[in-house]
Amino acid sequence: MLSDLTIYAGGVVLLIGALFTLLASIGVVRLPDLYTRMHAASKAGAVGGGLILIAVALHSQDTAVTVRAIMGVVFLLLTTPVSAHLLARASYLAGYSPIASTKPDELARSREQNSAT
Amino acid sequence: MSPEQFVDIASLIALVFLLLALLISLVRIVIGPSLADRVLALDMLTVVAMGFVGAVAVRTGLTLYLDIAIALALLGFLATVALSRYILLRAARREMITEERDAV
Repeated sequence: MLSDLTIYAGGVVLLIGALFTLLASIGVVRLPDLYTRMHAASKAGAVGGGLILIAVALHSQDTAVTVRAIMGVVFLLLTTPVSAHLLARASYLAGYSPIASTKPDELARSREQNSAT
Repeated sequence: MSPEQFVDIASLIALVFLLLALLISLVRIVIGPSLADRVLALDMLTVVAMGFVGAVAVRTGLTLYLDIAIALALLGFLATVALSRYILLRAARREMITEERDAV
């Protein structure tokens, strides 16, 4: 009875994860500039991938698989912000400016200093 | 509805969602104005591929697919790090070339 319940829960979590991934990719296409696109891909994408891994764990009902899935989710949640930060920093220093409606541009001064040296 | 039927239908719908996500990310890779946009869309594509592997693992019941999903996550992270290093290096080299041209 309980195992049936976890299998249903696995199906629901799989659907939610796929929906998050779809929304992330829609955001990657529709948002106006690189930094807002990165916002969609790195947050909703990480949650979508993590939920799909959790769905595999719920569906398998196996301790070894569950441990591996949790390791995968932790790895995903640790590395996605790092890679998004690296990409944003690299593209900012390479000269891709955010759109004009991004008001506080804290890094503008550091870029001027960087190009002056 | 029995649990098997439910998981069958749910994984099918999830695969359709992921296929749509794959096609939409491909649009950004093709049109993306700068290199960084394409790198971001490739990162998104690895997450979608991971989702495909997970949905297939649920659908077939073969949990060995989970290892492939974890390896894909690692690959996506390393690819994004390497490509952002490349973006930085390319910008630095371009700056050096323009400085040399100004000096001459």
